[in-house]
Amino acid sequence: MTIDRSLERDSSGAGLAIADRRWQSRLIVGTGGFRSLGVMKEAIVASGTQIATVALRRIDPEAPGSIMDVLEETGCFLLPNTAGCYTAHDAVVTARLAREAFETDWIKLEVIGDDRTLLPEATGLLEAAETLVDEDFVVLPYTNDDPVLARRLEEAGCAAVMPLGAPIGSGMGIRNPYNIGIIVEQAGVPVICDAGVGTASDASIAMELGCEGVLMASAIARAQDPVKMARAMRAAVDSGRLAFEAGRIPRRTYAEASTPMAGVPDLGEHPATRGS
Amino acid sequence: MIVNGEEREVPERTTVAELVSRAGIADDRRRGMAIAVDAEVVPRSAWEGTELLDGQKVELVTAIQGG
Repeated sequence: MTIDRSLERDSSGAGLAIADRRWQSRLIVGTGGFRSLGVMKEAIVASGTQIATVALRRIDPEAPGSIMDVLEETGCFLLPNTAGCYTAHDAVVTARLAREAFETDWIKLEVIGDDRTLLPEATGLLEAAETLVDEDFVVLPYTNDDPVLARRLEEAGCAAVMPLGAPIGSGMGIRNPYNIGIIVEQAGVPVICDAGVGTASDASIAMELGCEGVLMASAIARAQDPVKMARAMRAAVDSGRLAFEAGRIPRRTYAEASTPMAGVPDLGEHPATRGS
Repeated sequence: MIVNGEEREVPERTTVAELVSRAGIADDRRRGMAIAVDAEVVPRSAWEGTELLDGQKVELVTAIQGG
């Protein structure tokens, strides 16, 4: 047996812990947007993720193949979402349907405010979160990069908060790293950056800011080579987490030499030894 | 009654389980499926015993790819 040294999975410490569950991978992959179930499966495996999101829609008896069978083969934990819900009521009913369909209490809660930006609808989100927490759901809300709303969601009993980096599918990256940083700093539950990632460096930035994980769909699914991008994202999340744990140097305006100045020999023209 | 947004003629006292069969949903497609009648979830264990009434809205949903 050969040892795979390309990316050791325990490189990023203890892994992702939400509520009573634990995963080694800090990457959560949304299954939307892949051109086929085959590509989706290959990308999921390449990403190393252990959590995959799924959605609920009206059944088409004629539709071939089941996403459930394919995801089962990957061994991923299924995280249903409430995508497409515009009110707290619809999101709550969808969560209940998901509980029945997937036999899980876990829900990625989305309440969308408008179909052009797909930004969260804050009041409906909070209302739905409160209702679902009361019904013993493990609620993971997709939220704005708003530190106050994130705190309200945590106070409502959410198991994590999932602020967006940028609008869903926009690939714009982490538009307000300062807010994500504040959310991380004040949060008592894991912060997962959800939406907005376009390429690997975006995922690294989210992790360097201290997010416990990153959730993405389009960045992988709609890449020209989704499987290769999945590998890139896996590496990016790992390296971003490592950098966060390692502790970056402070930013400074002027240079600070890494080589000591003491003991520089007098070669005749150096300003420090030339005299005036 | 309205099933997944379409008007359907369904005999009186049809159960949820019968509706699922009539809709042509094969056994192997029923995993990852859930049903709401007038926005109330009907648990799988109650499909046999739940009779549908005229005018009700039934939603049959299942897992799809989604972020």
